[in-house]
Amino acid sequence: MITTLAIMALGAVVLGAALGYASIRFKVEGDPLVEKIEAILPQTQCGQCGYPGCKPYAAAISAGEADINLCPPGGIDGVRKLADLLGREVKALEAEEKPKQVAIIDEQTCIGCTLCIQACPVDAIVGAAKQMHTIIEPLCTGCELCIKPCPVECIYMLPIAENLDNWKWKYPVIEIKRAA
Amino acid sequence: MLRQLFNFKGGVKPQTNKAPSVQAPIGQAPLPSRLYVPLHQSIGGSPNPLVQPGEQVLKGQLIGSADGWLSAAVHAPTSGTVLAIEDHVAAHPSGLPTLSVVIEPDGRDQWAARRPLDHRTLAPERVRELLRDAGVVGLGGAVFPSHAKLTAAKTVAVEQLVINGAECEPFMTCDDLLMRERAEESVRGIAIFRDLLAARRVLIGIEDNKPEAVAAMQAAVLQLGEDYEVVAVPTRYPAGGAKQLIRVLTGKEVPASKRSTELGVQCFNVATVYTAYRALAHGEPVISRIVTLTGNVEQPRNWEVRLGTPLRDLVALGRPKADTSNYLMGGPMMGFAIPDLAAPVVKATNCVIAGSPSLFPASPPEMPCIRCGACAEACPHELQPFELYWFARARNFGKTQEYHIFDCIECGCCSYVCPSHIPLVQYFRFAKSEIWSREREKQAADAAKARFELRNARAEREQTEKAERLARAATARTAERKALPVKADAAASQPAASVEAAVTTSPVDAEAVKKASIVAAIERARAQREAVQPRNTEQLSAGQKKEIAAIDARRAALADPAKPADATSERTGG
Repeated sequence: MITTLAIMALGAVVLGAALGYASIRFKVEGDPLVEKIEAILPQTQCGQCGYPGCKPYAAAISAGEADINLCPPGGIDGVRKLADLLGREVKALEAEEKPKQVAIIDEQTCIGCTLCIQACPVDAIVGAAKQMHTIIEPLCTGCELCIKPCPVECIYMLPIAENLDNWKWKYPVIEIKRAA
Repeated sequence: MLRQLFNFKGGVKPQTNKAPSVQAPIGQAPLPSRLYVPLHQSIGGSPNPLVQPGEQVLKGQLIGSADGWLSAAVHAPTSGTVLAIEDHVAAHPSGLPTLSVVIEPDGRDQWAARRPLDHRTLAPERVRELLRDAGVVGLGGAVFPSHAKLTAAKTVAVEQLVINGAECEPFMTCDDLLMRERAEESVRGIAIFRDLLAARRVLIGIEDNKPEAVAAMQAAVLQLGEDYEVVAVPTRYPAGGAKQLIRVLTGKEVPASKRSTELGVQCFNVATVYTAYRALAHGEPVISRIVTLTGNVEQPRNWEVRLGTPLRDLVALGRPKADTSNYLMGGPMMGFAIPDLAAPVVKATNCVIAGSPSLFPASPPEMPCIRCGACAEACPHELQPFELYWFARARNFGKTQEYHIFDCIECGCCSYVCPSHIPLVQYFRFAKSEIWSREREKQAADAAKARFELRNARAEREQTEKAERLARAATARTAERKALPVKADAAASQPAASVEAAVTTSPVDAEAVKKASIVAAIERARAQREAVQPRNTEQLSAGQKKEIAAIDARRAALADPAKPADATSERTGG
């Protein structure tokens, strides 16, 4: 009887110690789900979802506060991936999907106020006070956050045209057989 | 002794259709009225233009310098005037424009200075550089810069150098004619590659449907006294694929994860070898190439065409028949329909085929996959095209990668044998380019995220710095306010004040100035120290007040020897 109790107690102590050790040794910092969600989001940091960046939106999705269809730059493809990851239903996008675009500064009109530089979340605008600003196109994520602050309305969005570098083979079109 | 040949799995035997274009020798295509030389003609970096509109250029003059190591230079194909550097339609399935140098030939075809060199007298590094600057790229169609393939693996010596003269694509005969007519120069060129790679054996693989080419190469090898082996390989598409030819000649199977040099073997196209020889031994960069013009034309033939010649000018040489409906660049298996005949001949243009409804009947409608497995039997890379097809069709790109879609060489065997006429290769190309574009987007997103996080960190740092600065300024201000009455008191009685006064009266005395500034600094520090307001000073008990008074008295006593008559300590104490 005593031996049995001793064995059980010993087992409990050993297993408890092992679990306690494992919880410290293998502690996961942060929420891995948030990271996975964030990896799917397009990192435009545009705030169109209503959250101040992609990470807060990811956290909100993970916490169940936000829906998965609030990210227009991610498009329906992004919604599909999020639905796959989270096991939710695919929903139509809240806003309409736009083609990928870049911001362009009309350098003739720019007065060098630096407001757009402060607004750009990804440091894609160069310039200095009272100097002309310009956008580094490859770095621009097309978030449109620079358009509103511009006092002279010299920034506009331009859809990215197809060129040899971003050209893709198209999905083969299946011709429907003509009815005789 | 007959060499033992190996076999590769799969493959097909389409009708070769090579006979019409080998009747006539290689012709020299006439100078067109305009040349459109695209700057980006090879894999790797896009060369930077070196000429200005209006500039006179000579034949062979460098007009685009290689951008980085993996890139190849571009040269003027004839002498003339640069009219513009502008976007011109590319020889590409998309028909999109690419930056091109437009040259109006002056008709004199005058060479720039050529420097013939012997590669044996040069350092290998220098030879690679020369090849890059001469624009030598793989002319089999992949246009990979050749110099980048001329480095042996660190641990494995190059056992065999394979020279690819198989030319397995139907209709295409440009390598055949090159080997027949220019065998000697091609064989001489092999020595360059052999020496750079320090290859022990050289195997020249030619499909056995080209006996004239085999004989010509054998004669040239004999004449030059080399120990190269000219091997006739069985005619079966795609025996001319690098991995297939290596397999047939050496029995080595190059796995997807490795380069062929890691197995001690490297493969070059015979036309590449020829251009490398011209580049070094004659100082002539790659400005032209041999193009097969065949199909639905009156005069099928091989032409030596200057790069940049509009395809319209080239096809006119063959006099296309009236019912010609479209043109293909490359062979019928791997080529693509040319969207616009204004596109120029480039280094990758090995063959132009005029098509007609009778020559290439429209493909019957696509039927559902019946899972017959014919494509898997035909695949020379032992993939499972039907699986890839389902996943590509469902846009399940992760799965296509699991089934090794990037091992697919797009040879077209699977589409060729498919009884349901499914354009399988189209699906694979679609999946591949979609995967690439997603990877690019992912990289861009990761970079954007990193910049965003850096920016946030910077903003946070700036904010804390600003807060600290403000706090410091605030304390300094309160200290000043406290210090002002102190100074007024001190000026009346302190010796420090008299020193200051002395300084103002005799400013020339440097020593005095120094002392005065030290004293002033001590004064400031003291004022700051005293500016610290004692807290919780209200509602003190009598005992606490007594204790504070005692401490202050001790402090005053300590300060006494340095500064007698400390008025401020009395003030704070009281």
